[in-house]
Amino acid sequence: MSLPFSPLLPIDASAHGPALDRHLILNLAIALALLAITHLILLIGLVRSRISTQRSIWAVEYLPLAALALLFAALTIHAERLWASTRYTGADPAALQVEVTGLQFAWYFRYPGSDARFGTTRPQLADAPAGNPLGLDPADPTSADDFLSSNLVLPANREVDLRLEAQDVIHGFSVPELRIKQNAIPGQPQHIHLTPTLPGTYAILCTQLCGLGHHRMSANLRVLPQPEYQAWLKAKEAAATQ
Amino acid sequence: MNRIFSTDHRTIGLQYLLLAAVAVVIGTIMSLMMRIHLVWPDRFLPIKPEDYLALVTLHGTLMLFFVLTTAPQSGFGNLILPAQIGARHMAFPLLNAASFWLTAVALATLLASSFVQGGAAISGWTAYPPLSAVASAGPGQGLGMDLWLASIALFGIATTASSINTLTTIVARRCSGMTWQRLPLTVWGWFTASLLSIIAFSVLLAALLLLFLDRHAHASFFIPAGDLVSGTLHTQGNGSPLLWLHLFWFFGHPEVYIAILPGMGLTSMILANFSRRRVFAYRTMISTTLLIGLLGILVWGHHMFVAGLNPFVGSAFSISTMAIALPSSAKVLSWLATTWRSRPRYTTPMLFALGFVSLFITGGLTGPILAQPILDQYLHNTYFVVAHFHLIMAMAGIFGLYAATYYWFPLIANGRILSERLGRWHFFTTFAGAYATFLPMHLAGLAGEPRHYSQLTGMASASSRLLGRQLPLQDFITHAAFLLAEAQLIFVVNLIQTLRRPGHASNNPWDATTLEWSPPIAPDAEPSVHREPCEYAADGSFSPQWEPAHKPE
Ligand code: HEM
Ligand SMILES: [Cu+2]
Ligand SMILES: [Cu+2]
Repeated sequence: MSLPFSPLLPIDASAHGPALDRHLILNLAIALALLAITHLILLIGLVRSRISTQRSIWAVEYLPLAALALLFAALTIHAERLWASTRYTGADPAALQVEVTGLQFAWYFRYPGSDARFGTTRPQLADAPAGNPLGLDPADPTSADDFLSSNLVLPANREVDLRLEAQDVIHGFSVPELRIKQNAIPGQPQHIHLTPTLPGTYAILCTQLCGLGHHRMSANLRVLPQPEYQAWLKAKEAAATQ
Repeated sequence: MNRIFSTDHRTIGLQYLLLAAVAVVIGTIMSLMMRIHLVWPDRFLPIKPEDYLALVTLHGTLMLFFVLTTAPQSGFGNLILPAQIGARHMAFPLLNAASFWLTAVALATLLASSFVQGGAAISGWTAYPPLSAVASAGPGQGLGMDLWLASIALFGIATTASSINTLTTIVARRCSGMTWQRLPLTVWGWFTASLLSIIAFSVLLAALLLLFLDRHAHASFFIPAGDLVSGTLHTQGNGSPLLWLHLFWFFGHPEVYIAILPGMGLTSMILANFSRRRVFAYRTMISTTLLIGLLGILVWGHHMFVAGLNPFVGSAFSISTMAIALPSSAKVLSWLATTWRSRPRYTTPMLFALGFVSLFITGGLTGPILAQPILDQYLHNTYFVVAHFHLIMAMAGIFGLYAATYYWFPLIANGRILSERLGRWHFFTTFAGAYATFLPMHLAGLAGEPRHYSQLTGMASASSRLLGRQLPLQDFITHAAFLLAEAQLIFVVNLIQTLRRPGHASNNPWDATTLEWSPPIAPDAEPSVHREPCEYAADGSFSPQWEPAHKPE
């Protein structure tokens, strides 16, 4: 879907993105139009000579306000429907599960492995130099096949259910190309779900000030066609369980 | 000594303006350092990432608290408000002086924080925990953060006291005939801003206290169990970082209206004065001021759409935020109607008031966009937001302050009037600079560039590709920011030149109708008010508020 103003925005690689983009462009166009109209009224009023007729408050204030109220209401309702369709309900149970953890200053992505269950993590076990930055509990059998990745790798056109966590401070999980942003909060896991559509490599940023390394807290998202994703997954799972 | 520790409201007002001037100069230099570092990271100023974040934090704190809260509210409030309502003094002169000195101590505390071990706070002016709650979370979270908290707490106490003073003065000290509906709209701005200050700062004070207890008394209001920061595991209690966001933004959103309401009131009065018109829909202007104040308290959650609230909450705050666009639009419509075909006089105060209207519209129009959670999930914490709040709050706020300065200068400086020629130069360069600096930031935000990044390239990931494209735009913005800052030198020159010359303005050089311009009356006489402000006839004649309806024969 190509939009007249699309150079404004980065490539759109998510299923919910095009509707969001259209609504954003519509909003920007309306804002620009109102900007032009109000400034024209201001300028014309300033240069044309004085009239002293009494103007009615209905014509000048209440009517335009009613029109604006309708306009804002329409935008709100449309925005609400988009928001509700992406956020009011959880992911499909068949969605791919990935856990995203933010910590100063990196993102970790955990895949549940073939049992489709995440093992328990305990913060007191966290030990980054030993290769266990999240504190995965080896005593928990479900954690045996879990594996970590420093990049997020997703298949195209399959819904993904992301479980967002933070280990230390608040971080902001953001992928501009997927038109998604959600804070990761310590002590309060969040779920967001979405479907990437366009294969490619995209930036994962941190958008919540989290300390001196904030600007370099980034990772890559690789959206792969299904077969390539399966191959990547096989290799990772094999490495995790041997 | 008596001249420094004065309880005279005019002296205190001037002291507040002086303090704000110090803060704005330091804050501006800091913003220019950030701009230089962003586009030429290693050329002139080798700034470490934590230094950049300390600059962001100090810049935001200085500008928002010590410039935009003190100058319009406490500065001009003290200088002008009593005269405008026919009061001889503020209600509590001693409290007034104490508030000022407390504010000065708060400023000194904030500035001192850059010189302590570990450096100044780097958590931004919003100070989100656990970052701000745990000293081991990195530079700036030790003594620097404590000093930041102390500074804001002192500031909050001072502002609450000064707002109680303002409120009491307006309620109890109006002269005879000054009914509520005859109050100038500036007074309504001060009144509403004071109400908001008392409500908002008391909540902030509570939040600061809780954060302080988290830091030093092992409380856990904002730190969850199992939080692991730089190897330190937090075990006791189970707090929520989101609690801070609620408390902070319950303060933070009203705060932006505290900053802008006095400017809105003054703009209404100046537009009427120089258009020789009544303010269009005066009564509606009063009610929209109060309505904006009320709604301002109900919209804080629009800062938290992606913070981890239930999505239904986002919908509720989206609606309350959209609602606030309506009284704001009503004000714009009234301003347009007041100036519409009026043949205005383009004095410098009038130009700055018109600039205020323009910037308020431009910055305001992006508000409803950000109020839609689905769009905010893309735009939140990007440069789009930086553009929004700088245009509507920082720039409109500064234009309001300049309008006030040029307009009231004869009252402040013994009948001296600032040069109109230099004033016009100052206005046009500042206006161009403001737009050139902050308008392009929308584009950076739309392209996905987050704020608070001290560096845009050099990371080993796709982010360098995404963000590197913004460098030419950021380069332009830095140049524009320098233009904007340099334009203020015209004002400094104007100020110095004017203060050197003796004053010769008449009592009422702008033909204004409000009481602060009334001719002096005998020391034992009582001022009295006979009509609403801004009564201008079609032939250009006018009836000031102090003039009796029927002149005694
Ligand atoms: C020459 C004019 C100015 C320039 C170039 C400028 C520049 C900046 C920059 C670069 C940031 C940091 C953006 C980020 O990464 O988050 C910022 C933030 C901010 N500025 Fe300004 N600014 C200017 C004037 C003002 C004024 C006059 C005010 C208010 C009176 C103001 C209030 C703020 C606030 C509240 C923040 C947010 C701080 C934070 O989120 O931590 N600025 N400004
Ligand atoms: Cu981060
Ligand atoms: Cu707000």
